[in-house]
Amino acid sequence: MMATSTLPIILILPLLGAIGIAFTGRWPNLREAISLLTAVTLAVLVFSWFPEVSDGARPHLLLSEPLPGLTLALSLEPLGMMFACIASFLWIINTVYSIGYMRGNNEKHQTRFYICFALAIAAAMGIALADNLFTLFLFYELLTISTYPLVAHKGDAKTIASARVYLGVLLGTSIGLLLPAIIWTWVATGTTTFTLGGIIEGKLAGPAVGLLLGLFVFGIGKAAVMPVHRWLPAAMVAPTPVSALLHAVAVVKAGVFSITKIIIYIFGVDFLFNEPSAQWLQFAAAFTIITASIIALYQTNLKRMLAYSTIGQLSYVIMATVILKPLAEVGAAVHIAAHAFGKITLFFAAGAIYTAAHKTELWQLAGIGRRMPVTMAAFTIGALSMIGVPPTAGFVSKWFILAGAFQAENYIAIFTIIGSTVLNAMYFLPIIYFAWLAPPADGVDMNHGEAPKAILLALSVTATLTIVFFFFNQPLLDLESQLVESLPL
Amino acid sequence: MNLVDHLPALQVALPLLTAPLVILLRNGFLAWMAALAASLASFGLAILLTQGVLGDGVPEYAIGGWQPPFGISLNVDGLGALMLLLVTGASSLGLAGGRLSLRRDIDNRRAPMFYGAWLIALAGLCGIAVSGDAFNVFVFMEISSLATYILIAAGRDRRALSAVFKYLIIGTIGATFYLIGVGFIYMMTGTLNFADMALRLGEVIETRPIIIAAGFITIGLALKAAIFPLHIWLPRAYTYAPNAVTVFIAACSTKVSIYVLLRFNYGVFHGNLLGHSDLFSVFIVPLALSGILLASAIAIYQGNIKKLLAFSSVAQIGYIALAAGLATQAGLMAAQLHMFNHALAKGTLFLCVTAFVLTSRSANMDKLAGIGRRMPWTMGAFVIAGLSLIGVPGTAGFISKWYLVVAVMEVPGWGIPLVVAIVASSLLAVVYLWKFVEKAYYGTPPDGDVSAMEVPLPLRALIWFAALANIYFGLAPQLPIALAESGTGTLLGGLL
Repeated sequence: MMATSTLPIILILPLLGAIGIAFTGRWPNLREAISLLTAVTLAVLVFSWFPEVSDGARPHLLLSEPLPGLTLALSLEPLGMMFACIASFLWIINTVYSIGYMRGNNEKHQTRFYICFALAIAAAMGIALADNLFTLFLFYELLTISTYPLVAHKGDAKTIASARVYLGVLLGTSIGLLLPAIIWTWVATGTTTFTLGGIIEGKLAGPAVGLLLGLFVFGIGKAAVMPVHRWLPAAMVAPTPVSALLHAVAVVKAGVFSITKIIIYIFGVDFLFNEPSAQWLQFAAAFTIITASIIALYQTNLKRMLAYSTIGQLSYVIMATVILKPLAEVGAAVHIAAHAFGKITLFFAAGAIYTAAHKTELWQLAGIGRRMPVTMAAFTIGALSMIGVPPTAGFVSKWFILAGAFQAENYIAIFTIIGSTVLNAMYFLPIIYFAWLAPPADGVDMNHGEAPKAILLALSVTATLTIVFFFFNQPLLDLESQLVESLPL
Repeated sequence: MNLVDHLPALQVALPLLTAPLVILLRNGFLAWMAALAASLASFGLAILLTQGVLGDGVPEYAIGGWQPPFGISLNVDGLGALMLLLVTGASSLGLAGGRLSLRRDIDNRRAPMFYGAWLIALAGLCGIAVSGDAFNVFVFMEISSLATYILIAAGRDRRALSAVFKYLIIGTIGATFYLIGVGFIYMMTGTLNFADMALRLGEVIETRPIIIAAGFITIGLALKAAIFPLHIWLPRAYTYAPNAVTVFIAACSTKVSIYVLLRFNYGVFHGNLLGHSDLFSVFIVPLALSGILLASAIAIYQGNIKKLLAFSSVAQIGYIALAAGLATQAGLMAAQLHMFNHALAKGTLFLCVTAFVLTSRSANMDKLAGIGRRMPWTMGAFVIAGLSLIGVPGTAGFISKWYLVVAVMEVPGWGIPLVVAIVASSLLAVVYLWKFVEKAYYGTPPDGDVSAMEVPLPLRALIWFAALANIYFGLAPQLPIALAESGTGTLLGGLL
């Protein structure tokens, strides 16, 4: 049994790491060693909580109470446990990858980069451990602010303009919509604490519920439900490790995690299922899934295509959550993990291609599989996981989401998922085909080999994990089924 | 009588009596030391008084043993203690952080006079906060205003002269309006003591002179408090004043006027004039709202960081006025908390600007491009204080925004539009602050030099102390909340 008072260490550790990085900026090897050491220690610490939470423990710690009823408190429950595990674990791999990428590309301001990275992880841990909406909001904003310097890393006019979109959309929606939603919840219910079964029931009814849900969903811009998705393609100007952080480790995951958590713990699944005014959300999610997939079809830049793929995949999670059936809730949680492994692999591959061959456009990739077999093999696995082909992680979550949809006899969800699977296959399979089998396009330099070893190591690990997850997912399923065990199947 | 009973008088007497001694010192550094010592001692007195208020309460102090309502009385409640903390704290911050900057701005021979004027301004502002007598408030208001005009005009920037002239004219009109109002009330009731006035007004309720007096006092004080659109003196005065002076006056001087406004409108008129609160709300809320939105929008287009922050102040005063104009308990809480929190944020921001100007000799945002890379510590503190100004959770600004939003949601029928206005203006604050932050971090300095140049360690430490106070009062706001609760109790005392 671990002492509850050690919970804040999960937040403090990356902050200490950031300070250590700041003071060792002059010695790159030492600085990177501190980054890695912090990442590994953090992951060990987070994972050491896993067995306990899996056995049903719900550690809870009150930090401070700035206003009556409004507390800064931490707690661990299955969903947050999973998010903390994913983020802390992928941070290790991402650090290894960053070292290879940043050195391979001779990027400037590396110290600032690693500091902000550590701060972003601290914020992600705070989101995972938040016990109430107020704490969640605090760390949500910290995450936005700490990732801004990462997105604007290059510092030229175009990057700054894109970073402005990133910051503007995320801060704007969170202050403009999310904060009023939190205040409304507090005024209506007198609490903001995440409670299994929800706190809204009996306090709000009718169209107000749908409106509040809308404020939450669009206020959490990080989940990129259309039309608040524009920041995600804009943020593609960032270095690739940052894109991986945004797409797989922390940022968008924080978004869908927050929405899932709010639907389960603030609204309550049963309550929302019987509330007609909340039904719009599944249409919004379906629209986002299909539209993003179609837009992805038209992209010619690899990273932009991946960005739109992410937008679609995020709405899978939301769609799964609003099916509001136990199996689908499990599917939503598992999809957060499954998509993380697959998407980080794809971004790592995109970054590897950029580092080794300086290629960013899809047409340049023809025949690249023969030059960079390891990278493209990993890319293929990631892409198959996005489509949901066994034996990859993507299949597991899709299975549960579809099972939940059938359980609810929700044909909108079923057709959306099937339709988008077809679209996903349409934009990923041609790349795989051309990369392995087609001859190089004219005038494309093919005199390059694989990316640096650190990069290869990182993407091999994540690609392997994408497959391992298909066979070995029981602990996570056990954990997440606790989310819904109180619900009738 | 023990020492605590004498504190209200000491609070004014200490800076007032130190001022002539400072003038005699004839050396800039010694004068600064003496002024800082007096200012810190006043801050200490304010802390003792605050403890007294939160403990057993501070007894009314009758000057010279003449009992009120005939003699002059001094009394301190939660709101008064809050103001004293602000005034003395801002003065200490400005003096402690402004040594290097003032050494450059002020001629060494004239420095003792300057610090003397500073202490007189401090004494005047403290006097307003402790006085229980309407005419006495006017006297202290004039003392502090005249001294403030000197402070603003003391720098090397000649544009300060025209700015301060404008301030002088408008400030005098405001003070005169106030005096006319007080005169009418004296004519009708024969008293100047706030508490006595509140009692005796009942006999002459709804007479025309009283209604006119209420109008004069409200408008006069709104002028001095720079409530939009009566703010026109403020931006230029803040911009061209010596930086350390801006730290001082931006943090507290307009708030003291709002303090008197609250005293009069709630302590005196509220319980006596039928429908006064509604009238007050109808007058002040639209002005406050337009200030919140328009001044924030104007701030976006400023090229000078001091002017930008000055317009932001006009908008923030709008928040305070809006909350005060709601005439509810929650609104008054929000108003007082926002006075405290805004002073904290704005003081820190102007202190950072002092540091920027110290190294790069300009407050022009184009000339400050890239300053974030050259002065990472100072800029970091600027960002923290900026987040507090926006109202991001975890900072002091969030606490008062929260109270404000909860207070406006109670307004029947207008809750949602008011929340939308507050949120919109917070977003405008994001825009105008980020405009500078982005330039500071990613802009290229005009001469292309990006080598580090930080201000000396003590100043950096002070700036960070102020920035961390913004976070501390965001996570543990018990002190200002307790003071504001006590203040709300006395303001609405007759009604609860």
